[in-house]
Amino acid sequence: MSIRFKTASFEQAQDVLCIDKLSIELSTTEGARNVLDEVSLQIRRGETACLVGESGSGKSLTSLAVMGLLPAGVLKVTSGSIRLGDTDLLTRSKRELQAMRGSRMSMIFQEPMTALNPVMRVGDQILEVLKSHGGLSRGDMRRRVFAIMEQVHLPDVERVYRAFPHQLSGGQRQRIMIAMALILEPALLIADEPTTALDVTTQKQILSLISELQRQHGTAVLFITHDMGVVSEIADTVHVMRQGRIVETAPAAQLFESPRHDYTQALLRAVPSLQPRAPRPAEPRAPVLDVASLGKTYSSGGFLRKQSEKRAADAVTFQLRPGRTLGIVGESGSGKSTVARCVMRLIDPSDGSIRLGDTDITHLPPRQLRARREKIQIVFQDPYRSLNPRRKISSSLIEGPMNFGMSKDQALANATRLLEIVGLSADALDCYPHQFSGGQRQRIAIARAVAMEPDVIVADEAVSALDVSVQDQVLKLLETLQRDLGIAILFITHDLRVAAQICDDVIVMQHGRVVEHGTAQDVLVAPSHAYTRALIEAAPGRGWDFAACREISLTGAHA
Amino acid sequence: MPGYIIKRILAVIPVMVIVALIVFLILRLTPGDPAAIIAGDTATPDQIAQLRRAMGLDEPIYIQFVQWVGQLLRGDLGTSLLSGTSVNALIADRIWPTLNIALLTIVMSVLIAVPLGTLAAWRHGRLSDHIVMAISVAGFSVPAFVVGYVLIKIFAADLRWLPVQGYKAPTQDFLGFLRHAILPALTLTAAYVALTARMTRASLLNVLGEDYIRTAHAKGVGETKVLLRHGLRNAAVPILTVVGTGFAMLLSGVVVVESVFNIPGIGRLTIDAVMARDYPVIQGMILLTSGIYVFVNLIIDLSYSLFDPRIRY
Amino acid sequence: MTQTSGSTAPSPGIARFLGLPAGARLGIVPVLAAILLAVIVLATIFASLLAPHDPLALSPLNRLKPPSAAFPLGTDAFGRDLLSRVLYGGQISLMIGLGAAAISVSIGLAIGLVAGFFRFADMVIMRVMDAFMAIPAVLLAVALVAIHGASVFSVIVAITFSEIPRVVRLVRSIVLSAREEPYVEAAIALGTRMPVILWRHLMPNTLAPLIVQATYICASAILIEAILSFLGLGIGTETPSWGNIMAEGRTYFLLKPSLIFWPGLLLSLCVLSINILGDTARDLLDPRMRKREV
Repeated sequence: MSIRFKTASFEQAQDVLCIDKLSIELSTTEGARNVLDEVSLQIRRGETACLVGESGSGKSLTSLAVMGLLPAGVLKVTSGSIRLGDTDLLTRSKRELQAMRGSRMSMIFQEPMTALNPVMRVGDQILEVLKSHGGLSRGDMRRRVFAIMEQVHLPDVERVYRAFPHQLSGGQRQRIMIAMALILEPALLIADEPTTALDVTTQKQILSLISELQRQHGTAVLFITHDMGVVSEIADTVHVMRQGRIVETAPAAQLFESPRHDYTQALLRAVPSLQPRAPRPAEPRAPVLDVASLGKTYSSGGFLRKQSEKRAADAVTFQLRPGRTLGIVGESGSGKSTVARCVMRLIDPSDGSIRLGDTDITHLPPRQLRARREKIQIVFQDPYRSLNPRRKISSSLIEGPMNFGMSKDQALANATRLLEIVGLSADALDCYPHQFSGGQRQRIAIARAVAMEPDVIVADEAVSALDVSVQDQVLKLLETLQRDLGIAILFITHDLRVAAQICDDVIVMQHGRVVEHGTAQDVLVAPSHAYTRALIEAAPGRGWDFAACREISLTGAHA
Repeated sequence: MPGYIIKRILAVIPVMVIVALIVFLILRLTPGDPAAIIAGDTATPDQIAQLRRAMGLDEPIYIQFVQWVGQLLRGDLGTSLLSGTSVNALIADRIWPTLNIALLTIVMSVLIAVPLGTLAAWRHGRLSDHIVMAISVAGFSVPAFVVGYVLIKIFAADLRWLPVQGYKAPTQDFLGFLRHAILPALTLTAAYVALTARMTRASLLNVLGEDYIRTAHAKGVGETKVLLRHGLRNAAVPILTVVGTGFAMLLSGVVVVESVFNIPGIGRLTIDAVMARDYPVIQGMILLTSGIYVFVNLIIDLSYSLFDPRIRY
Repeated sequence: MTQTSGSTAPSPGIARFLGLPAGARLGIVPVLAAILLAVIVLATIFASLLAPHDPLALSPLNRLKPPSAAFPLGTDAFGRDLLSRVLYGGQISLMIGLGAAAISVSIGLAIGLVAGFFRFADMVIMRVMDAFMAIPAVLLAVALVAIHGASVFSVIVAITFSEIPRVVRLVRSIVLSAREEPYVEAAIALGTRMPVILWRHLMPNTLAPLIVQATYICASAILIEAILSFLGLGIGTETPSWGNIMAEGRTYFLLKPSLIFWPGLLLSLCVLSINILGDTARDLLDPRMRKREV
């Protein structure tokens, strides 16, 4: 099984990109500080170098500096050099850089929807690269565009050529981006988190497409990502970045087997394993949440227009027992968030029933529903939007308990205690949300939910926006709270690793339906449904246990 | 697509019905007897009673409304109290100068404002941006008639390049029309340019922060092309919208400008009607201008899809 | 506008409540605009102390005089002192500007909150607002004033009717986007009652944009009042206003342009400085400013 990492040797290959001691300064009203500090790296022909790091580590900055796309004024290169082949990029004029972009170096971005011009046909957007760099007749240009569209495996290229971005799927849009980037066969391709916004199955296809084209053209690839799984799939060489510095550089296999730097080790340890947690004994108590045949239909149109209906959830049935965690796993559009919002009664279900404890809350009118709300709480994905930016932490924490008749003093005392439980000091009460990091805000959001002493917490992608190390801490916090308070957790996630780490049982959803339902062990290790298998096989880096620095035998029932 | 167009056209109906209701109520909710107000201070009780019957004021108010709307639906805006001629005829007689000047204003404004706004967005934070913004904020702040008089003073009275007042129809004497219409149109242009240039700048600045602009740079597209092909086209819908909503402002301005430049359009007609308390004419004018406004905005709404393929009907 | 070293920062407490970025600074232009506006407002309020003459005193011997020591800006067709009239004239304009802004914003806020939060009311309210938007402001004002007679109150009412739809649309759009915010949904989950959510979590989002909107309404109301007076539909000439001073000056415009120039200049400067302050507030409150803090 040593196909896990690429083993190509680049000893003989020539350098394509050479960054030497690059420093970049950010000037703000408070003064200037270095956001990139003597970063050096080389990429050779045909090599894929991964730049890994958490948010704010400076990885995107490095790539924008190479492309000459740093926002003017605020960010300034203070020292160092960037060489592309024989060309020193930092001494080139704006016009010379513009001529090199798209032809000798090109870039693809994270979000293919926003990275494509919404009002221009995608074929014309590819064609524009050729037009900008000149030298071809109109007929030749069109032929080249069709040829590259074939190469990125787009179906029915004549039709896709005339399509607008919104008419294509996320994967197709990213293929268009790749076609645009590679049509002039640049020596260097920079890929900035190109698969982060995509579903895992699409991600897998895009990663293999990039590798395939790289082999064909001998392109050097600078691949920026935060995801160790992706790194293990694609990297020849890995550069680990932290706070504007490269802390470790090593061939991929070596880095995963024997990471040297403390930070690299910590980063790897934080990656959740795909191996499910040890099963807990069956919970004999009655379920706290009992959902039966839940369905939700969205209809659009109406007056004088053909009514179009979308079945976002269909016949979803599950039970959640006290102190246990049930995961709902699925890709975007699978209906998992719809289920979460129905269960919270943030939206009204179309059919089926939801029982919370011994009450059927499916059609409970607002007044009675409000009385039941303390039993079920929610933690959202985006920590920057889940707290009211205008209100102090204290008022966010006491709002719920005071709604249910607790006195202000008591609620405040309670809030102080809860902050300590989630690992923050009591000083936080007098602060505003913007004074905290994303992870801290998520802890506060959890404290707000726990303050209600609920039976159930719905965690809707609650750790998806966090860096792995923070994600790890928040997952451990949820685990502790569950152990101490016996809260049941309904955990919505797209990430199989996270699900494996925290869930007792797992539901897999696709197109609004449940395709598989079982214990985490059964679903993740011996999946019975083809879709679940596809999901697991697409999970990047599944052959590697990062925390343990060792390979996993993939000779399971399905491998 | 036809479904949406029909739906959008039908949506005009409730708006116009409410406009009609508002216009109706402005007169009827007046404290006191509308007939007495309309007849004026010198009317005898007999005359007032006769007028009340003629206006159908003896009927319950909702019947009056239905009757009035029925009359409107037949395309009849009523009869002028002052001249006894039909409001339709009065308007038909006076509308062309107004429409011609409004059209000239819009064309001039867009031709001036869009390049100015684009320049400001492109040179964001630089001197040319500040100058454009200063011009546009000033354009908002000076009343139209002051602009008009300053223009008359400079170009007509002092330089004697253009006539002080008056109007010529373009069908008879196009050059004469331009000579007479250019100052009124310029007067109206001040505020319209200010509005449109600001929106162009704001909308374009928004677009220039989008990811696809970065993509265009990353693939080596030249700066001007990025600005025009990727930037302006995406910024078009908000600009169009403000040209449409600004139309109400333009119609207000027309009333003032026709008064300053002594142009025989519907603005002057309105002022004369107000002075003479000729209510049917006032009602007709408000309905007409609102109708024009709603129509212009309908056309603009329907044209969005030309600029943005995501807007599908 | 232009950034200079002599800039000032708003107080942090207010800044936070309005959602301002920390450390936002003002340039020199808004400061000048604020000073100019303060001078105009004070001069108007204390017109009785500053004016050299009674603004209503007729003096047939001194008709249309050029500026002199006794009449710093000259006199009008009735021999009244132009400077005194211009100083007093601002009172009406400012009163109407402030009144229209305050009334439109408060009524518009209430209607907008209802429209944004209650689906069933939204449809009807928005169609009515569309209708009001469709009637050009000056024409509506003209009609109302023609019927109800010209008074400060009826002018304010007329302007308010035209401005309310814009406020309602603004408030409604803010409420519609804010109610999707997770913190609002979290409050629902915490069992907070709808009116409290509206007041506590949604309404504060509208305050900053409303302050900006209020400055624009104030500016536009002053302009509309001037237009109404100019058309002969404003407040009677026994109370001088910038608009009716100019209206009276029309006849003599080519002979004595200063009759329109001075009130026009003062009115324009006043409106200009209000607009600049509004623009400054808007720039400070623009969320894109915050994004730029990398």
